[in-house]
Amino acid sequence: MSTDLQSIWVYLATSPLLGLTSTLLAYQAAMWLFERCGRRQMLNPILVAVAMIVGFLMATGTEYRTYFDGAQFVHFLLGPATVALAVPLYHQLPLLRRAWPAVLAVVLTGAVVASVSAVAIAWSLGGSERIVLSLAPKSVTIPIAMGVAERIGGIPSLTAVMVMLTGMVGAIFGGWILDLARVKLPAARGLALGIASHGIGTVRALQMGETAGAFAGLAIGLTGLATAILVPLMISWVR
Amino acid sequence: MLPSLTVLLLCQLAGEVLVRLLGLPLPGPVVGMVILFLGLLARGRVPQGLDQTVKAILGNFALLFIPASVGVMVHLGTIWTEALPIAAAVVGSTVLTIVVTGRLMQSLFKPKDKEQA
Repeated sequence: MSTDLQSIWVYLATSPLLGLTSTLLAYQAAMWLFERCGRRQMLNPILVAVAMIVGFLMATGTEYRTYFDGAQFVHFLLGPATVALAVPLYHQLPLLRRAWPAVLAVVLTGAVVASVSAVAIAWSLGGSERIVLSLAPKSVTIPIAMGVAERIGGIPSLTAVMVMLTGMVGAIFGGWILDLARVKLPAARGLALGIASHGIGTVRALQMGETAGAFAGLAIGLTGLATAILVPLMISWVR
Repeated sequence: MLPSLTVLLLCQLAGEVLVRLLGLPLPGPVVGMVILFLGLLARGRVPQGLDQTVKAILGNFALLFIPASVGVMVHLGTIWTEALPIAAAVVGSTVLTIVVTGRLMQSLFKPKDKEQA
């Protein structure tokens, strides 16, 4: 690399511009690939974009913190986007009026199944205590999951990774699992994706339709609340 | 676009304030979602501008999860050393949760014929 190019890179490597631009570029490239290949979930756009960015950061020796300085502008929009989920939910009002007792029962069951099964599987396969505890709140939205991990003695940043992996698994295999289990009702499909895989599951549910998307969005908040209350309680019983 | 975005941010702001005032175990944006939902209930319909802005934002919902997901790279070492328990727990628990909750909802809730459930 010539010294000119090198000094340009030194400037770019520390500027927020690179993190932000690479995020938008990777997302659009991943979306293009996803559409081009017939919307195959194995080419989940989040997964593909993340793989491209991680590869780029590792190849250029850029730290995650430097990348996030730029990418935080996109990350910030998660807040207003979560608020926006109230709109598809409102469109489902007639359905919601009759469905809410079932929704509550399913969410409570789901919050327990998700955390207990994750802890049981990781523990029985010899996972260390910090891994097992970091896995307990993995099915809920990141801010709640990190708060719960902190309270029960897990590692919050590791929990954030588990939450992301859980989201990817739900988004990539969710539709197929629901087909195999013969779950056809859109409200049930969306609710299941939102309970098991929070916001990333909701992205997948929104692709299925507005009803599925609305019930998945509803599940994010309810499952988060149930988990925030139940998981610390269950851990204290075991101890 | 801009007034709608402001409404979303105001709901989030109100959510953050409420969470701190009441010590709720919820993130501000989730409480903001509840506030916007109650606002829509009170108003009785979704303003057209808000509907369009929300469609644009949720149409690119996947983009917003990328920056946090790239954080996986920080923990690649830990994940690798305990790959089996992590992979089995994440995959097994997610599959089980989807099957149990999907089947349970379908058996508990029967929509009427005219409802597009």
